[in-house]
Amino acid sequence: MSDVDAEMPSTETEEPPESEPTEEHSGLGAWLIDAAVRTFLAVGVLPILLLGLVIFFGIIEPRFLSGDNVFNVSRQLTYLGIITMGQAVVLMSGGFDLSVGGTVALTSVVAATIMSGQIDGGSSLATALTLGILGGLAVGLVVGIANGFAVAILKVTPFVVTLAMSSITYGLALMVADGAPVSGVPIEFARKLGTGKLWGVPAPVWVALVLLVVMTVLMGRTRFGRYVYAIGGNEKAARLSGISVWRTTALVYVICSVLAAIAGIMLTARVSSGEPNLGGSFPLESIAAAVLGGVALGGGQGRLLGAVGGAAFVVMLQNGMNLIRVENYVQQIVIGIALITAVVVDRLRDVVRART
Amino acid sequence: MLELKGITKRFPGVTALDAVDVEVKGGEVHVLLGENGAGKSTLAHVIVGSLQPDAGEFRFQGEEIRHASRHHARMLGIDAVFQEFSLVPAMTVQENLFLGREPSRFGFVDRQKIASGAREIFDRLGYAVDLKTPVASLSRGEQQVVEIAKALLIQPRLLVLDEPTSALTDAASERLFAIMDDLKAQGVGIIYITHRMAEIKRLGDSVTVLRDGRRVASRDVADVSDDDLIDMMAGRSIDDLYASDHARMRPGPVVLKADGLSTPDRRITDVSIEVRAGEIVGLAGIEGAGKATIGRACFGLEAISGGTVRIGEEVVRKPTPRRMLQRGLCYLPGDRRVEGLVLPRPVLENCSLASLSREGFSRIGFLRLRKERQAVAKMIDRLSVRTPSLNRAIALLSGGNQQKVILGRMLLRDVQVLILEEPTSGVDVTSRAEIYRLLRDLTEGGAAVVLISSDLPEVCGLADRAYVIVEGQVRSHLEGDALTDRAVIANMFQVDEVADVAS
Repeated sequence: MSDVDAEMPSTETEEPPESEPTEEHSGLGAWLIDAAVRTFLAVGVLPILLLGLVIFFGIIEPRFLSGDNVFNVSRQLTYLGIITMGQAVVLMSGGFDLSVGGTVALTSVVAATIMSGQIDGGSSLATALTLGILGGLAVGLVVGIANGFAVAILKVTPFVVTLAMSSITYGLALMVADGAPVSGVPIEFARKLGTGKLWGVPAPVWVALVLLVVMTVLMGRTRFGRYVYAIGGNEKAARLSGISVWRTTALVYVICSVLAAIAGIMLTARVSSGEPNLGGSFPLESIAAAVLGGVALGGGQGRLLGAVGGAAFVVMLQNGMNLIRVENYVQQIVIGIALITAVVVDRLRDVVRART
Repeated sequence: MLELKGITKRFPGVTALDAVDVEVKGGEVHVLLGENGAGKSTLAHVIVGSLQPDAGEFRFQGEEIRHASRHHARMLGIDAVFQEFSLVPAMTVQENLFLGREPSRFGFVDRQKIASGAREIFDRLGYAVDLKTPVASLSRGEQQVVEIAKALLIQPRLLVLDEPTSALTDAASERLFAIMDDLKAQGVGIIYITHRMAEIKRLGDSVTVLRDGRRVASRDVADVSDDDLIDMMAGRSIDDLYASDHARMRPGPVVLKADGLSTPDRRITDVSIEVRAGEIVGLAGIEGAGKATIGRACFGLEAISGGTVRIGEEVVRKPTPRRMLQRGLCYLPGDRRVEGLVLPRPVLENCSLASLSREGFSRIGFLRLRKERQAVAKMIDRLSVRTPSLNRAIALLSGGNQQKVILGRMLLRDVQVLILEEPTSGVDVTSRAEIYRLLRDLTEGGAAVVLISSDLPEVCGLADRAYVIVEGQVRSHLEGDALTDRAVIANMFQVDEVADVAS
């Protein structure tokens, strides 16, 4: 259609409904379709996808559901999960952040360099770890402030700002690390934050859970959260309502980068070295995860828990493919397709909602 | 020409149209009348094929039609101009006109043909607009004209006009009416949706009144009075639309004063107005005269190159919406879709958005959700907003109800001065009356209201006094008995013998 019909876009459909449950469909089948449609509308496509994924891999590869693997997946999930929380907040505000991968790499290199330097210089373990972690967080803070400044005050489009920042942070990471992984990260750091566990649950998972609670409260129960949704939904209306748009927007990018830095510190513990090439796939994966979890690409809509669920889907998909030995290249293709599918399904949901 | 029988359309939770019959003859103007949410828009969308009815019979020129799409309807000669525009902002006027049906020569777009075709249609409309400017830089009223031109281009046999004059100046409206007369003479059927009583008498041949998705009656316009129509629409009579029986307040101290205000783009130059507590002050003027710019400059939405804005005793150095709100100056934007509504968010969040930092709604940044909900529920009730729940996305409400929610957003604050730009554009009669009464209540409570409106009866009926704005300057100030439609028009169009005309 050549027309740009602005009026009632969500109700404008041209083909007849495909699967409208009516009296004629009898019994269980109709009930199942009806239940599926209602679930789809209430929570989106994600729970259905997650369930399908578990059943699929559970059947063709029994190891998928083994205790060890579940432990593994939950730990793996924390990194992408934390980054996705930040990405989701930026998306809700109407922007996005392509620099989360670079932030992870720079954080990792800086934290590792500080830690090994402190240990070599004779500092105590506690001092080395504290300074290393603080240094990593500082990286997140600085990157976030730079992104926020450029987007919110200089009004440069987030695409350009964060793409450029991604290049800058990777460049800096390679410079600091001198092109090679930074070794000399204390083993205790790796043991505690990388592979450690508490009450049978991996340490990183605890960190992620705390962050999830904090971020959920922030988005659902504070003025800031409301303002983020309002700015994502209609920036002009937000401004006319007396909201300081630049302050909120800048803070959104700071939060995203700090969360990426936290994930970077934990990943450093996991691989027990500072890796300048870490996290290259995080920007795409986190956006895919958030959108799969129901965060609207245009802003103004979505829930953090959904976004984390989307991250779970991405991680489980990768894990399942690893178990059945799908090649890495193919995995990348699958993740790309998943992102596009997520966006299409996101829109399909509106269409179905308008019909029922 | 058009015969609808038993048209029914259901949406989740509501029956938008319930067995509606409508008959429109060629060469007549058939008015669709009803409050917002009565089903007028749904019916219009059914007619142009963008919605499919669930039941009913649709005959066009004697043939049973099953529209596949808007496109299909266009092929049959049915087109519409809706309130929401279908223009591409970045494209020029002429590109928009021919979008999707560009004339071509040897497979290339024939620019000359586009230019001449566009020129011809605008000449016919009697409207001067640079065909090569991008639509984005036109005012809402001008965009409306482009939209109408686009519909005329296919030489429709049945044309649906959904409140086409809500964004037009009186002069532009008159030109549109002349074109409608032309079309009628050619045998074109016109379905006309409006909220303006005067237009029904002026234009309509027959009228169908809808209420709650049902047809109340279809009549010849000549046989019914305004009161009859209002009674049919509302199911009760509104005797006093403008609530003018309220005692006019004795004005208090000056609360808002613009002194020698100018903007860098020279849309307004050296404008001075003052507004006192307890009064409603109108700003009248034709489209583009700058009356809206005055309000926007006071609220901090336009840069100021000269002059001052004073709230009470204080000169506000650099107005921004945030600063002005803190000083009790509130502003209701003219285009609620662009500057008012946060479409994906629920009614609740839309209503409380401007007052979250108020004591009571949040403490050290944390929301007090229960208090917020209670206060919003009370406001929704006071404004009689019709919504099934506070959690409903505001996008799903009708125009009048959306407007009331945005108004509520301001009223939840402590309002000293309320500037409203076109507050009743696209708002039904009942909601209008409610909004007017509310404004009166506000001034009785000691607040001041600045009413910027293209609806002359509104300004004259409601305002205690009015400034007429012409070419970015205050042309005159009318007060009391001197404030009449005719006097304002005479001033707007710079008729010299003002006194004669006004008398």
